[in-house]
Amino acid sequence: MIPELGQFALILALGLSLIQVALPLAGATVGRADWMAYARPMAAGQFVFIAAAFAILARSFLSDDFSVSFVAAHSNSALPWAYKLAAVWGGHEGSLLLWLLILAAWTLAVAFGSRSLPDVYAARVIGVLGIVTVGMLLFTLLTSNPFDRALPPPADGNDLNPLLQDPALVIHPPILYAGYVGLSVPFAFAIAALLSGSLDKRWARWTRPWTIAAWLFLTIGIALGSWWAYYELGWGGWWFWDPVENASFMPWLAGTALIHSLAVTERRGIFKSWTVLLAIAAFSLSLLGTFLVRSGVLISVHAFASDPERGMFILLLLSTISGGALLLYAIRAKRLEAEGGFRLVSREAFLLLNNILLIVATGVVLLGTLYPLFLDALGLGTVSVGPPYFNSVFLIPMLPLAVLLGAGMHASWLTMQGNALLQKLAPAAVVALLGALALLLLVFRGAESAMTAIGLIVGSWVVVTALWDPLRRGFSGDRSRIPLSRAQWGMTLAHLGVGLFILGVTVTSSYGIESDNAMQPGDMVEIAGYEFEFRGTREVEGVNYDAYEGEFAVRRDGRLMTVLAPQKRIYRVQTSPMTEAAIDPGLSRDLFVALGDPLGGGAWSVRIQYKPMLRFIWLGALVMAFGGLLAASDRRYWLARREVRSAAGVPQTAESA
Amino acid sequence: MTPRRQRMVLIGLVVAGVAVSAALALQAFRENVLFFFSPSEVAAGEAPIERGFRIGGMVVDGSVERETGSLTVSFVVTDFAHSIPVSYTGVLPDLFGEGQGVVARGYLNADGSFTAEEVLAKHDENYMPPEVAEALERARSAEAR
Repeated sequence: MIPELGQFALILALGLSLIQVALPLAGATVGRADWMAYARPMAAGQFVFIAAAFAILARSFLSDDFSVSFVAAHSNSALPWAYKLAAVWGGHEGSLLLWLLILAAWTLAVAFGSRSLPDVYAARVIGVLGIVTVGMLLFTLLTSNPFDRALPPPADGNDLNPLLQDPALVIHPPILYAGYVGLSVPFAFAIAALLSGSLDKRWARWTRPWTIAAWLFLTIGIALGSWWAYYELGWGGWWFWDPVENASFMPWLAGTALIHSLAVTERRGIFKSWTVLLAIAAFSLSLLGTFLVRSGVLISVHAFASDPERGMFILLLLSTISGGALLLYAIRAKRLEAEGGFRLVSREAFLLLNNILLIVATGVVLLGTLYPLFLDALGLGTVSVGPPYFNSVFLIPMLPLAVLLGAGMHASWLTMQGNALLQKLAPAAVVALLGALALLLLVFRGAESAMTAIGLIVGSWVVVTALWDPLRRGFSGDRSRIPLSRAQWGMTLAHLGVGLFILGVTVTSSYGIESDNAMQPGDMVEIAGYEFEFRGTREVEGVNYDAYEGEFAVRRDGRLMTVLAPQKRIYRVQTSPMTEAAIDPGLSRDLFVALGDPLGGGAWSVRIQYKPMLRFIWLGALVMAFGGLLAASDRRYWLARREVRSAAGVPQTAESA
Repeated sequence: MTPRRQRMVLIGLVVAGVAVSAALALQAFRENVLFFFSPSEVAAGEAPIERGFRIGGMVVDGSVERETGSLTVSFVVTDFAHSIPVSYTGVLPDLFGEGQGVVARGYLNADGSFTAEEVLAKHDENYMPPEVAEALERARSAEAR
């Protein structure tokens, strides 16, 4: 009975979100304030009912209600309770419900965080978000109902895929979705601007914190996914250019471009139609990602079993939402007039280059991801585009982007002399070069290839230029100057994160060592000055799995550093084997040991890896996200809100701000 | 320079940059696209000798052989019409097994055997890589004719 209530709640939510679309949008068009007033209550209502449906599904999982076929397919009575909860989004239907819940939460946040917006504007934004909600609710109810019954119920469930039984999986999807789905907010703001036919600097100021918030979730979500892949399924790799990884990376690239373009629009009132187009593109890429993951067209861990009907539905949804938005853009974009031009040497010009390079990068990833699908659909053969393509081509836009990033941060708005900029940057360039040389010669003693040197130089260039202004202020001890705002600190940290990331990627891929070995108990392998001694395996029992556990003593200069215990697990319900690597993490290096297969006679195939500075990759992403958090919480966005509100109430005081 | 001239210069640079990177990207693309062939297509001589590609099919029951204590393993991949012997040195993925679907990336030797540089098996025992399913289907329908 209770699961049926869940379905019922979803149907009610659909009804409310239909009202949330129709009345506010119609009211905004004809100027009826009483219709527009429905926006916020309906946004709250659809959240309540979607949350109720989600809670009911979670309850079905926690109480082992295997009469619900989704629960039976993805849970088991022996599963630890935290994984039962995470299993709610461990399959297609439940993860859609999570998508909906997060969309509803963003809608709610916009509805009540936008009290300062003009009513017509808020009504349009909430109405547009409602369109997305209606589409996804229809998708869930018509093709992927998580509350379908399996009668008669099976005695026990089929269990959660062992790969997904992991703490990172508990948080990776919700955070990633918060980013993915959060891009619907700038999309809704962009559509609202097109509908109203006007877009000013205030618009950019409203849109920016929401965009940055979505972006920072996306950043953390992707980093978590990469970390999980590293220790759980990647045999030590951290990025595979898997189509599903790309599906989350493309909205990230477009979202990054959007943040930078919004900066120009907020500051200068130019790039308006471009910003709107980026907002549409970023969310369309999110939807495209959903399509790629949910339609079963891709081969991936993430591609849950699914039927073509679902793929068709999402494709239809994607073409309706993105196509409709682009049509509106084509009709209305010319009304968005720039409030001036820009000069060749200026912050704006650098940000324009940033945008072009990021879009080229997005295009490169899009081409490599979709090309095999097109070829397959046209019956021209089955191909795959592997990491070599992405690794080489992705650098073409990214290297100049990183170099320009350092310079652009120090360029002034409006205009500046090229010489002045060069003078400012020369000392930073010297410091960066010295830093890279020190790393190259003193720490790593030589480079594998020219790319190593280039990567180190570019990485330290970004780090040094990001920290240049704050450090100079600190050392000069000049307290009279205006302190850096949170937005400036945010920019500094986000760019510092980029630099750390580049250093991490360069060092790991240049100096990392991977080796597959056949090892008998007692055998020793030496890698990068570490001695790995295999002491044999023993059988151990976990909560819901049995495992062979290897024991490896790791020594350096004869001193015991650590003992690593990788496992080869067999999960009892699905009887599928799984490799659980043992990792000794560290900021300067990771040591990684994984058991492969038994080779007979007590010998095993063993993969051993030494990964220097690997942690910098995820550390960089976290620092970027923290920068985003600072930027999104900058006072001016919240001041601006109060200012607008008071301006609406008491118009004559608006000048004082 | 006037602002207008400056902008024209900027746009010119951008167009040139995009053109160069597009050319490089397409070049890398042509070099790195990997084609997929079923064992029947390989047997019919459709697969290239000089460059790598991927094959897929089922691992024949009882065909997996390994010298004790060695990392090198050999097995036979079939689409039930034709079979190809494959050898691989390294750690196999968790779900590799006899009677399971598999995709291998590598190159064809002159003697008709395949040397794999990477072996992929899916993370689900019911799963069949779509290419493999299709290859099996094609072989079956070819037999029916």
